[in-house]
Amino acid sequence: MIIKGKVWRFGDNIDTDVIIPARYLSTSDSQELAKHCMEGVREGFANLVKEGDIIVAGRNFGCGSSREHAPLAIKAVGIRAIVAKSFARIFYRNAFNIGLPIVESQAVVDATEEGDILKIDLDKGEIINITKNLIFTVEPLPSFMKELIENGGLIAHLAKKGGY
Amino acid sequence: MGMTITEKILAAHAGLEIVKPGQLIKVKVDFALANDITAPLAIKAFKAAGGERVFDPERIALILDHFTPNKDIPSAIQCQKVREFAKAQGIKYFYDVGEMGIEHVLLPEEGLVLPGDVVIGADSHTCTYGALGAFSTGVGSTDLGAVMFTGEIWLKVPASIKLVYKGRLSKWITGKDIILYTLKDLGVEGALYRSMEFCGEVINELSLDGRFTMANMAIEAGAKNGIFTPDEKTEEYLKNRAKRPYQIYQSDEDANYLFVKEYEISQLEPQVALPHSPDNVRSVLEIGEIKIDQVVIGSCTNGRLEDLRLAAEIMRGKKVAKNVRCIIIPGTQKVFLNALREGIIEVFIEAGAAVSTPTCGPCLGGHMGVLGPGEKAVSTTNRNFIGRMGHSQSEVYLASPAVAAASAIAGKIAHPEEVL
Repeated sequence: MIIKGKVWRFGDNIDTDVIIPARYLSTSDSQELAKHCMEGVREGFANLVKEGDIIVAGRNFGCGSSREHAPLAIKAVGIRAIVAKSFARIFYRNAFNIGLPIVESQAVVDATEEGDILKIDLDKGEIINITKNLIFTVEPLPSFMKELIENGGLIAHLAKKGGY
Repeated sequence: MGMTITEKILAAHAGLEIVKPGQLIKVKVDFALANDITAPLAIKAFKAAGGERVFDPERIALILDHFTPNKDIPSAIQCQKVREFAKAQGIKYFYDVGEMGIEHVLLPEEGLVLPGDVVIGADSHTCTYGALGAFSTGVGSTDLGAVMFTGEIWLKVPASIKLVYKGRLSKWITGKDIILYTLKDLGVEGALYRSMEFCGEVINELSLDGRFTMANMAIEAGAKNGIFTPDEKTEEYLKNRAKRPYQIYQSDEDANYLFVKEYEISQLEPQVALPHSPDNVRSVLEIGEIKIDQVVIGSCTNGRLEDLRLAAEIMRGKKVAKNVRCIIIPGTQKVFLNALREGIIEVFIEAGAAVSTPTCGPCLGGHMGVLGPGEKAVSTTNRNFIGRMGHSQSEVYLASPAVAAASAIAGKIAHPEEVL
């Protein structure tokens, strides 16, 4: 799976309340949620993002609540991958489960600026910053998680196998 | 090498002799829960996975506590979806308005979550039940849908960190102050993916209500779970309450910890987390004069009887400051009724506070006390991120019920001694 897009750069500890404020949680319609994505830190984000873009952020991305509406809003707004120095653990599971690829890499984040073009090859475990002509290798996923992705996410995996 | 209490519980539920940090395991779930925000998506996931019947209708609780009593039409529709599902599946522990309480206050009170359990909840503050010596952690809706389907979940065994609290609890120092002080030290990612194990002489002294408050905020340090070793107080709490038999685990002497920290508590002053992060903590004496518009006392962090008693002790015979709205929300109907019988509710109303039926409402800026631009609130809740309780230019200061009550009277953030 290859993802190529423009980078939106965020800092550390981006929490789920700024990703999608709770006042919008009376719906789980992802298109509706997308309108307010990142509203707490970047006014008008939903209108700026293009389909295929990538979020690059600092440490502890997605901290706070368990709301799956957070990765759903990010996915629905058009973001196709997130690269961060680290992720909050519930967000990590949620993004994974709904099929939003996320990659942990200190080096990529340190070297990437807003507006750069990144190319992420999940199978090879490789990230290329096309703008800066830099190549990075990232940790491969555990085989169990790879199997989940290959089957199309947790729900598709369960539907196929009838259990884990 | 021995194991920690968390490792022992996980090993037992994975059918393994030993587990090690970092290991991916599949564990059996004793109890699962979701609320009106997270359950609709979990139900959708459950059905999409091919789910027809839940793994066990007596091992799942669905609690309509966040945007209830329904705050608007979309919330009402979300609740309808959960209500219909609960009925169709014969969910035994379905809680609707009238019986409903805030999930993490309600489930321990009902004896539904127990020592040695693996509890998985579609709510980040599911970590609260660690106060009873359970492994409990929050997940998203898809994971919860999968749990309702299979009765199992995959987990990575977390490494443990040991937090030892020494000294004595002085007057006005509560579980809230201790956990805020800990967050100040560890930071919001200081326990990321880890298990926080709370122990020491101060913990032995702390009531169950205080332990719930501490375990509740383990997630604010990024932890997977927070846990206490059950003791006599735990057993006392569970007497006439536990709905199932349970098993008590404790860490081995030679268990492995990533690190151990010691905190001296005797000299601690009440703590306050300043905007916009739960780890931005100072002593109440260090923050200068901060005038406030609102006070909220309640939530899964501090909506228990002991919390209300403490607030009433300070507010008795006094008036809420003219320019302050004080909103008090008992965590469950039982907490409300007990507070009523003890005369605590009367104290609040006579002081000029608004008392509400249980709801998570204002904590996450849902309803029952949303903040406008530039407004400041002292709240006994757990998060003060940008826009958490309303407008993105509002500010939330997290504190204990004692500081919150004192602040309501003083009209500014205050030490309890300032108003007595």
